[in-house]
Amino acid sequence: MRSEGRFRRRRPSCLLGSALALGAAVCFGAAPRVEAASARGSIADTSLAWPSPEELARVLTLSDYNTRVVMLGATLLGLASGIIGTFMLLRKRALMGDALSHATLPGIGLAFMVMAAAGGTGKYLPGLLLGAMISGAIGLGCVLAIRSWTRLKEDAALGIVLSVFFGLGVALLGIVQKMDTGSAAGLESFIYGKTASMLSGDAALIAGAAAVIALTCAALFKEFALLCFDSGYARAQGWPITGLDVVMMVLVVGVTVIGLQAVGLILMIALLVIPPAAARFWTNHLSAMVLVSGLIGALSGLLGAGFSALVPRLPAGAIIVVVGSLIFGFSLLFGPARGWLARTLVQRRLSRKVLRQNLLRAMFEYHEQAEGAAAGVAKEASPGSSLTVAELLARRAWSLRTLRRTLRAAQRDRLVRVDAGVCVVLTREGLAEAQRVVRNHRLWEIYLITHADIAPSHVDRDADELEHVLGATMVRSLEERLAEERPVPALPPSPHSLVGT
Amino acid sequence: MNWTSLDSWIVAAGVLCAGSCALLGNFLVLRRMSMMGDAISHAVLPGLAIAFLTTGSRGSVPMFVGAAVVGILTAVFTQWIHTLGKVEESASMGVVFTAMFAAGLILIVRAADAVDLDPGCVLYGAIELIPLDVRPVLGFMVPRAVLILGGMFAANLLFTLLFYKELRISAFDPALASTLGISARLMHYLLMTAVAITTVACFESVGSILVIAMLIVPASAAHLLTDRYGVMLILSVLIAVAGAILGHLAAITVPARFGFSDTSTSGMMAVTVGLLFALVMFLAPRHGVLSKLVHRWLLSLRIACEDVLGLLYRLEEADPVRQPAPVAGMLHSAVGWSPWMSRLALASLRRRRQVRRDPSGYRLTSHGRAVAAELVRAHRLWETYLAKHLPLAADHLHDSADRTEHFLSHPLREAIAADLPGVLRDPHGTNIPAGDAPRADLTSKSAVHGPDAEKG
Repeated sequence: MRSEGRFRRRRPSCLLGSALALGAAVCFGAAPRVEAASARGSIADTSLAWPSPEELARVLTLSDYNTRVVMLGATLLGLASGIIGTFMLLRKRALMGDALSHATLPGIGLAFMVMAAAGGTGKYLPGLLLGAMISGAIGLGCVLAIRSWTRLKEDAALGIVLSVFFGLGVALLGIVQKMDTGSAAGLESFIYGKTASMLSGDAALIAGAAAVIALTCAALFKEFALLCFDSGYARAQGWPITGLDVVMMVLVVGVTVIGLQAVGLILMIALLVIPPAAARFWTNHLSAMVLVSGLIGALSGLLGAGFSALVPRLPAGAIIVVVGSLIFGFSLLFGPARGWLARTLVQRRLSRKVLRQNLLRAMFEYHEQAEGAAAGVAKEASPGSSLTVAELLARRAWSLRTLRRTLRAAQRDRLVRVDAGVCVVLTREGLAEAQRVVRNHRLWEIYLITHADIAPSHVDRDADELEHVLGATMVRSLEERLAEERPVPALPPSPHSLVGT
Repeated sequence: MNWTSLDSWIVAAGVLCAGSCALLGNFLVLRRMSMMGDAISHAVLPGLAIAFLTTGSRGSVPMFVGAAVVGILTAVFTQWIHTLGKVEESASMGVVFTAMFAAGLILIVRAADAVDLDPGCVLYGAIELIPLDVRPVLGFMVPRAVLILGGMFAANLLFTLLFYKELRISAFDPALASTLGISARLMHYLLMTAVAITTVACFESVGSILVIAMLIVPASAAHLLTDRYGVMLILSVLIAVAGAILGHLAAITVPARFGFSDTSTSGMMAVTVGLLFALVMFLAPRHGVLSKLVHRWLLSLRIACEDVLGLLYRLEEADPVRQPAPVAGMLHSAVGWSPWMSRLALASLRRRRQVRRDPSGYRLTSHGRAVAAELVRAHRLWETYLAKHLPLAADHLHDSADRTEHFLSHPLREAIAADLPGVLRDPHGTNIPAGDAPRADLTSKSAVHGPDAEKG
């Protein structure tokens, strides 16, 4: 049976690995050597061992050399992947990192085999990283080839490359593990990561990569921005699109390969996707977004590594991602630029404004009709004449509740007065505002009739939607446009019959 | 090679898993949600952990329930973040599944101390261990995994057949499905649930990576092979099954050739199905890369031939007395094709006896002259037609006619001629050759190649 190599003693460096292992053990009864009783015992023990104040102080002051290295490495990795991830997200290639990071695995296996065959230890890190880089690049090439040469779309191309390359990697590692030369132990850390056992060399490598990425992105900022937002225009301007894409991809492959060691393959994807997706809620400017994304990545790395150093039995890679996704959730809700709350407030403000203007126009037109505009000429409506809530309710398709709420808001703004709870009266300011709104409405209607050849009976609805967003400049240019043909009165009469007549 | 009953069971499990995944994969590929398979197979981890932590058992039912719930949640969260936060769909998928995977890891690691197992089980699967855990069925000892996967395959087959029409409509046109009263959203979530449950059923035996491979790769290959939905379903299952069988064979034979022992079967199954895909991608009759290349190349050759014919005809026409015969070098520069392409065109024209070569250069044969006359007729008719119906300047007519002349079939030429009664000269003042009986083989070819050429 080919099973001996599959079940080995758990190594301390492979904490995440054993985590997954329990996943398998937990899932299915097929797992031998797992005693249910002991497993249950550990599950009952769900209490977190909270750190003592001394431990807290040690971590916070970074007095531990190891903690210092890990936190620095995780922070820089978050920073680097956050920066380059921004461009990937905007280029609509968020999941490219997923395929890429899976595609690195066969390169690691092959590099190990080649180096072992050449008589080395096989675990020479730069060699492994070079192998990972090369096979990642090949995987990327395959994605592009499938996408542009066949009728399959990007998603299928990514999925194919991801699974087939990873399958190849698994098969190669399967061979490697049974080779006589050199122990392959630890190669799996490329899949699951081993943040907590990061060495200063790793951290230095990450720092170097972060520096290269930051400098390249700064130097090519304009070109990358053009590529992300309008690659067709960039091509027309004569920029080397393919070359720029290659540079961007090389940076992504680089940060992925380096990050593999630290947080592992699957969680590396998170570092490339989550910070930029979160940063998008905070700003609409690319430069700011790059900074915010890098910052969020760094913050997740710092907090995640710190937290996992404080509390035992928490895998750092996973904690980093969880911190990142909490930040994402917060940004999704409260981000000032595109967050849910911000957009809801803007929408609510707009719908209130629309309701108030509808109310004013309804009242104004009521008075206009009531005061006998038989000749079609509006007379100066005087404040003071009133109409009942029931009459108002019948003028538009609004519910009584909406109408009452709108009336209350308008009362607060001193635009209307409600006498005795039923009689609604326009105040002087209300009248002025109503006149402005009605004027905008009718200007647009006249414009539609004279310039767009729309029947007078059809313009009301269109103008009803547009009157609320006509700015001052727009109104002025409408006036000028219409005045070329005939003078526009201060308040033009309605070009069509009003409701209720 | 040493094939035993163990190998048969391993292959049986692989085939059943591949079949169940490939069936569902068709819809993922058609709806452009291939990465959803990847996302769900990673995201079920917390579902499994919570199911275990709450029930305390490792039975299959809680696991399936947990996986189904989490699978739906993944789809729902992805949709939420996509609509609520206006995040691009693939990015929101990336956020959701990585976050859930991380949460699952933490849940599990909190209870990890007492367990001692290799991580490979989830990712690589333990397909080699399947024959160890057997259950008696009708007197035979059948591996438990084969039973589960057999049930899974039957369930997926039933699902596909039962909702054959609904799945098809919502895969190709969700809006139409909604107007027909089929809830595309319901089908979406049903599909996601099925994917999640299949993922979990296959985890144990073959590992998540093979699940993703079998979900996406066979269906993609089938999509390149056919344009029919039913055929695609069948083909995808066949490809998946072939990949599984060949994959196991490869796992036990290929490494041995290089002096290694055998390797992970599920890894090799993924690789094999990938190789099958590569084969299809290049050799598929209609959508394959090579067949498209050959197709395009043949079309170029035909156009080059026709360009040469047209050129020779015009030279004869311009100087009927001396009848200059160009040599190869002149032809290359005049036709505008690369030297080897025009040389190839000349060779093919000589083989068809439309052009002959005498000491002074190349000349049309009488057969070639007839073909060339039809071609030039098409060119000049089109120019005249354009000039009549579109207000184009005279110097803009040639380029369009140069492209169109190759695709004007005989009936179309005569229809244009009927539209221009009594016209004998084109807008440049040259004669339009008289229409011959359609013996030139131009027509049939242009009819066949027409649509493709327009696309190219």
